[in-house]
Amino acid sequence: MVVKPRTRSLAASLCLLAFTGALGAACSSAPPKSQAAAPAAPQVTPTARASLILPASSLTEEQRIVHVLNRLGYGPRPGDVERVRRMSLAVYMDRQLAPAGIPDDRAQDALLAYPTLAMTVPEVLHAYPEPDPKVLAKIQSGEMSQQEMRQMAPLERRPARIAVELQAAKLTRAVSSERQLQEVMVDFWFNHFNVDARKGAVKWMIADYERTAIRPHALGKFRDLLLATAQHPAMLFYLDNWMSTKADLVVRAGPQKGRQMGLNENYGREIMELHTLGVDGGYTQKDIIEVARAFTGWTIDRPREHGTFLFRAPAHDQGEKRILGHVLVPGGGMADGLRVIDILSRHPSTARFVATKLVRRFVSDEPPPALVDRAARTFRETDGDIRQVMITIVSSPEFFSPEAYRAKIKSPLEIVASSVRALDGELVLPAAAGGRQAGGGFSLAQQVGKLGEPLYQQQPPTGYPDVADAWVNTGALLNRMNFALGLTANHVPGVRVDLGRVVGAADRAQPEKVLDVLLVSVLHGQATPETRRVLVAQLDNPEIIRATADDRGPANTDVEKLAALVLGSPEFQRR
Amino acid sequence: MGWGTRRSFMKGGALALLGLGSVPRFLVRAAHAEGAAARSKVLIAVFQRGAVDGLTMVVPHGDRDYYGARGSIAVARPVAGNLETTIDLDGFFGLHPAMAPLKPLWDAKQLAIVHACGSPDTTRSHFDAQDYMESGTPGVKTTQDGWLARGLLAEPAGSASPFRAVAMGSQLPRSLRGEIGAVAMGAVADFDVKQDMGRMAGSGTVNARRGFESLYEQGVQDILHGTGRETFDAVKMLKAANPRRFAPEHGAQYPRGKLGDSLKQIAQLIKANVGLEVAFADMGGWDTHANQGNEKGQLALRFAEFSQSLAALSRDLGDRMADVVVLTMSEFGRTVRENGNRGTDHGHATAMLVLGGGVRGGRMVGGWPGLAREQLYEGRDLAVTTDFRHLFAEVAVRHLGVPPTAPLFPGFPTNPAKYPGVLV
Repeated sequence: MVVKPRTRSLAASLCLLAFTGALGAACSSAPPKSQAAAPAAPQVTPTARASLILPASSLTEEQRIVHVLNRLGYGPRPGDVERVRRMSLAVYMDRQLAPAGIPDDRAQDALLAYPTLAMTVPEVLHAYPEPDPKVLAKIQSGEMSQQEMRQMAPLERRPARIAVELQAAKLTRAVSSERQLQEVMVDFWFNHFNVDARKGAVKWMIADYERTAIRPHALGKFRDLLLATAQHPAMLFYLDNWMSTKADLVVRAGPQKGRQMGLNENYGREIMELHTLGVDGGYTQKDIIEVARAFTGWTIDRPREHGTFLFRAPAHDQGEKRILGHVLVPGGGMADGLRVIDILSRHPSTARFVATKLVRRFVSDEPPPALVDRAARTFRETDGDIRQVMITIVSSPEFFSPEAYRAKIKSPLEIVASSVRALDGELVLPAAAGGRQAGGGFSLAQQVGKLGEPLYQQQPPTGYPDVADAWVNTGALLNRMNFALGLTANHVPGVRVDLGRVVGAADRAQPEKVLDVLLVSVLHGQATPETRRVLVAQLDNPEIIRATADDRGPANTDVEKLAALVLGSPEFQRR
Repeated sequence: MGWGTRRSFMKGGALALLGLGSVPRFLVRAAHAEGAAARSKVLIAVFQRGAVDGLTMVVPHGDRDYYGARGSIAVARPVAGNLETTIDLDGFFGLHPAMAPLKPLWDAKQLAIVHACGSPDTTRSHFDAQDYMESGTPGVKTTQDGWLARGLLAEPAGSASPFRAVAMGSQLPRSLRGEIGAVAMGAVADFDVKQDMGRMAGSGTVNARRGFESLYEQGVQDILHGTGRETFDAVKMLKAANPRRFAPEHGAQYPRGKLGDSLKQIAQLIKANVGLEVAFADMGGWDTHANQGNEKGQLALRFAEFSQSLAALSRDLGDRMADVVVLTMSEFGRTVRENGNRGTDHGHATAMLVLGGGVRGGRMVGGWPGLAREQLYEGRDLAVTTDFRHLFAEVAVRHLGVPPTAPLFPGFPTNPAKYPGVLV
């Protein structure tokens, strides 16, 4: 079920796809100016022609398809490989690179169960207020019981609900969205511009942040992404810029009247270290202070009541700033910050830093330098067009090389989502699960947290690491095995897997046949001979071949446990 | 071999050299360590992630520039009998009032404090500074392993246990990465292949565990298989030792929170005699850029949890503390001056605590650089007088028995003459 094109929108979306695709192909080898002139013939025939040109590769066609489904998405579902083969891999990749053209009704419908996703910050602040401190005091003094409290302020109306719904939505999208690359990119950029839902007012702002600052630009222009994060209250709060003012500012009015304010370096540092130049990108402590000065006055209008971006001119430091060799003349006002966004987003160190991170995510823990060079060049030549950088990366020989194939270890999010997808699991929606619950998406998010990646709750601004070393350790491996056992036994609340459907017509009385079906549908023939041999050996174990109550009856394969062993196998930990 | 497998190869290679097939690794180690005296020394490293404000944790109330620089976030001068002021230690330094649970340990001479301790590297990046402190190589990013892993590898009489090095948490910290095969666990209780409670109780576990174990036992030498083998050795041993049967003793009450949970379980592992030598725990929430508070407030709450956790551990372990050293660390300190938001920005030196029976405690250790502007590092931060590597080296060598010649900090030979002198 990769794409279910609706006839009415098909022509339009293919047109869009062909256009952007043509741009992409032209761009990876030519500078931006020649692109505009490149003819983009709209395709209106139902058989789309791929505009992405894939390199020669020693991988088999199935391997290439599995590779793309694992890297540009959260792994294949049953039947996906065949569907991609039919439409051709290049066409599939084209479509993923232009997600707006992919119909995604099923996932979109499921997300309607999470009302906070679509709300603005002022709306959630109004609808999900902090419980009255007086009520909290009454509970602590015993004057009011927890039960009364729950009636007055039910859990589903508390601010914590916002992050819960966002977590549930993330898993729902990773598992069910047809716009797989879009979801991978949103995850990548959220992590790059990390904020933590547990820091103060961020909990009201985090869903809006992902929806308005990250998602629209995930395959767009890096400058737009940087600016959108810089102006979003979630980032302003998380990295304290909302409180940063010119030196020795005395607040004239309001609740903070008389209070002395001043510069806060936090955002000035992290925008360069983590968002743009990289720690070795060539800036100094002086640059940090100057950037922080440029962003003074970029603040939030009443963070816990209204929560929208505001430039407060009296708080801005109007003096001259010198940043990375650029001079910002005095009196720049809000334009100072915009100028910094331009300087940083166009700096060659940014191109290299972003290219390196993308190549690490999509190709290998140790990014091939030649590919990083080319991706960084595309970034510079297209003024930071993320889609074009991605085309350079995923149509490269390095991406399709045997060295890159299955070289990445899945992150906790990836192992959980790909496991559910491999078994075609269904997520029960909140309404069906009984109102207060957040459904299967949330219980999967909790599993991701248990594996070491609590979503939207990474405290340091660095986000989560993207290399195997961070995820492979004894405790984490055990947790992965336990997740596989729980999932196949239908013990993860709100998530239903039907192994009968996965195994299909395979004769349960012949365990080896069942195993082979699992190996094909889950591992796509990627199991090593050793793994198959080990699994076959397990079949002689009377506990795996669950004997029927009547000992003399035919063998009845314990598909659950066998499927768990396959999901917990070393092969399935890789993508 | 392509670019993706260097580290994996190293790990696999080391296992291959040890000649491991399906022989449990701890048995192999046991064979190597035969004849070595049973060891019981334990080092517990506690990382305060996010850069703790050392000037609030251990207040230099006697420094004439402290109150001027700190403004609204200064902690009040000690007033005898007033529990909301600095707790005086030696007339110059004092503990933050929320650190009161550690005062009895200071009085019992089991707590030494190394102030103005830190890294010679100038970075104020959390990520880089933590990395440098844990790899033990300030300024060098290419170091593959951690200082604690190197220390344990170099120790001649190391224990053979898979629980020789344990980190509490779902990720293995940089300090313990390397060929030592350290264990990371979120919780002792979760450290097993889970029993399928639904049906066939009892048999499912054995079965699934055996299946997974066989899968990871295969010949392929890579990071997954290596880790998988270590995992199952550890599961078997932990099952036999059953550390969860040990409840906190002597009335110890661990506070709620990650650090308390971690230390409580580390105490259980110590009591269960699983061969623990190095344990690692961490605690976040120290990056106080805004509204950090003074005697009370955000930071005070963190200090309360931090000190209550350490004090509970000490009480719980009782006499066993004679063999335990707790070493606290943080990547750097914070600016001496209060910033514009009643908080502090990234600074340089901070304070580190050394706690345990064998500690020369009740003493402030290391030089004090002063807080006058001209005494500050880059005109803004507390200067470093004790290189963290000298402190870490002293603890590794004198407590754990790591040879002084071991490459704890590559390119930086440890020199006993420079040890700050925190241990007997």
